[in-house]
Amino acid sequence: MTELLVGTKKGLFALQGDDGAFEITARAFAGEPVEFALRDPRSGRYFASVTSAFYGPKIFVTDDPAGEWQQAEGLALPEGSEKALERIWTVVPGEEDGLLYLGGAPGVLFESRDGGLAWELNESFWNQPTRPEWSPGAGGMCMHSIATWPGDPSRLALAISAVGVWLSDDGGRTWRNGNTGLYPRYMPEEKREDTLDLCVHNMHRHPMRPERLFMQFHGGVYRSDDAGESWVSIAEGLPSDFGFPLVVDPDDPDSAYVIPLVADMDRTTPDGRVRVYETRDAGSSWIERGDGLPQEDAYLTILRQAFAREGSGESMGLYFGATSGDVFGSRDAGATWFSAATKLPPVHSVRVA
Amino acid sequence: MPLVRLRAPLSELAGGRRELELDGATVRDVLRALEREHPALEGWILDERTTIREHINVFVNGEKSREETALGVGDRIHVIPSISGG
Repeated sequence: MTELLVGTKKGLFALQGDDGAFEITARAFAGEPVEFALRDPRSGRYFASVTSAFYGPKIFVTDDPAGEWQQAEGLALPEGSEKALERIWTVVPGEEDGLLYLGGAPGVLFESRDGGLAWELNESFWNQPTRPEWSPGAGGMCMHSIATWPGDPSRLALAISAVGVWLSDDGGRTWRNGNTGLYPRYMPEEKREDTLDLCVHNMHRHPMRPERLFMQFHGGVYRSDDAGESWVSIAEGLPSDFGFPLVVDPDDPDSAYVIPLVADMDRTTPDGRVRVYETRDAGSSWIERGDGLPQEDAYLTILRQAFAREGSGESMGLYFGATSGDVFGSRDAGATWFSAATKLPPVHSVRVA
Repeated sequence: MPLVRLRAPLSELAGGRRELELDGATVRDVLRALEREHPALEGWILDERTTIREHINVFVNGEKSREETALGVGDRIHVIPSISGG
């Protein structure tokens, strides 16, 4: 039995099922936008990012998604700031007991050392000297990807739309850019080699080979083999190099999955067909995976946090949701797919609990 | 003292109270006094800049008001979410 946490425009849904339609077992924050939700496997604690249009972004925690949720503390920018916290995009377990990271807009990193109840702003990142030059993407200046290094809490990689990749080797005390090789076609030609306006859409480190990362860019799919210092294009063979989410198989460092959309001006599945693309050779080639997915008149949008994995290898579970309210699943690493839910509100995020 | 009126979910965060008398010379003063009395409300009406959140309306005696609006004895302050959304 698999439990999915589906963040939607109108609340959080917990779904349970196997290889067919999943059952809704809990709904929380009815009517409110839930950007992201996950369960920390170390503590069993559930987290939900709720951004009320009225009352601002909050994180809530619980041990039971059908029960009471408690608001976490400390999620605010320093008093006197010109900006306020706008949105919380991701929560990621760290590499020490009780350590978690949280990424949000406007390009901010928070840390918790008590399992996620109390949070503190990473001041070093907040005070980056180039921050006044940073620009937001269409969804705000969102820090959506936080890649920890298995077993080493000192090494972190962050990705922000649209401020590129940031690396730290000292647990977040100092930061540097890791953008060599990224090529922003959306910028004027004379600025493409020298700009911080780099719109990363998603970034994942491979846990078995941590110096390897995969990235979905705003027009580009990339791989890094030097821990995020530099990037090479691996988009050849895809129907489009635009998209948002990305997943890897933890058993295979040459694996990645993406869900291409047409382009930035048409953020829907190409040709009205829903297809996931898989590489097993580090991006040299891509395999189309659409068996069981809608292949006619299906113009879906899959957002950056709406693709999740369970397990690994040939029996790996894959799950993604669309703004149409559909959720699809696979229990054979993408070879075949089924419909797990339909008619939910627009899906913002999917994670396996 | 000015009288603050709240609706759910703000009233729930104020311990179920829908009306509170709070001291303060301006709307900001009173809303900060509200946060001190009921810390669960911190960040819900005023953001970290002590600015009223974009989609919250504050009315003083029926007139839409801002943080600096001066208050007098007996003024009635309504905190109401905007008619917005999707």
